Amino acid sequence: MSADAAHHAEHGHHDDHDEQHGLHATFGGYAIGFVLAVILTAIPFWIVMSKAIESSGFTIVVILAFAAVQIVVHMVYFLHMTPKAEGGWSMMALAFTIILVVITLSGSLWVMFHLKSNMMPVTAEQMRKAP
Amino acid sequence: MADSTATAPAFYVTGEHHPENGTLLGFWLYLMSDCLVFACLFAAYGVLGRNYAGGPTGAELFDLKLVALNTSLLLLSSITYGFAVLEMQRKRVVPTQAWLLITGLLGAGFVGIELTEFAHLIHEGAGPQRSAFLSSFFALVGTHGLHVTFGILWLLVLMVQVGRFGLMAANRRRLMCLSMFWHFLDVVWIGVFTFVYLMGVLP
Repeated sequence: MSADAAHHAEHGHHDDHDEQHGLHATFGGYAIGFVLAVILTAIPFWIVMSKAIESSGFTIVVILAFAAVQIVVHMVYFLHMTPKAEGGWSMMALAFTIILVVITLSGSLWVMFHLKSNMMPVTAEQMRKAP
Repeated sequence: MADSTATAPAFYVTGEHHPENGTLLGFWLYLMSDCLVFACLFAAYGVLGRNYAGGPTGAELFDLKLVALNTSLLLLSSITYGFAVLEMQRKRVVPTQAWLLITGLLGAGFVGIELTEFAHLIHEGAGPQRSAFLSSFFALVGTHGLHVTFGILWLLVLMVQVGRFGLMAANRRRLMCLSMFWHFLDVVWIGVFTFVYLMGVLP
């Protein structure tokens, strides 16, 4: 019983300790994150606004890559995401969410890619009456 | 004694370390579920984003300079919230409140510009009922804007809380939750400006 109480006291102390010192925010971290974010935002805007790349397809690949890198930068420097955060459970939830997001996005785009050809054929009569 | 401990049922593994702060983990789980809401809206926009129904296209409607301004406002508000967290860690109430106020003003500027853009689109006849593209556009960007609006409301409430009760443990925890919410919205905005605006103006 006394060992149990001691255990609880120790944990209570631990919680308090973490609440006060568990945050990893530093000025340096925010500064690095901000500078990287500005660069990673400015380049895709510049590419699109100045039409630096001829091919639309290649432009899309490049700006999506910049977006992916910037999301990682925000996760690490602003949201303080580390594999050890919350005993690893934050990362676990994030990995699960990423899997669901990828399934939702790629699945929808893949299945609906032939949206127009999968539609019921429209007759000329229906087309005239279309709103 | 040694015998009794050996046979006693163990209700937890002594070596295992359970999460230190339940609230922050729980709020993170909420953010992940919110992420799924946005994933569905992004998927809808991805499917419908080029169905103009003879109406205006993204290339005709989007003003990238305005979007760039909006993006910089949101990015700046992220770093100013970071400064508020740094001051919170030093337990300095007035600088914390000042950075929170600046963050709120930048957020309000973002929402203001977005509402101006929406009003302009609707005035031009490019409202959400015009085409599937515009329906999915307003649903996605509008949901993000609503999140920012509620983030600002939450920020104001927390400023009152900090003003009345100081930077006590509960208020610090709340400020950390709002910090995650605010930075999360900036992450979603990266997806919005890339996927909707930048890709929308490409031929």
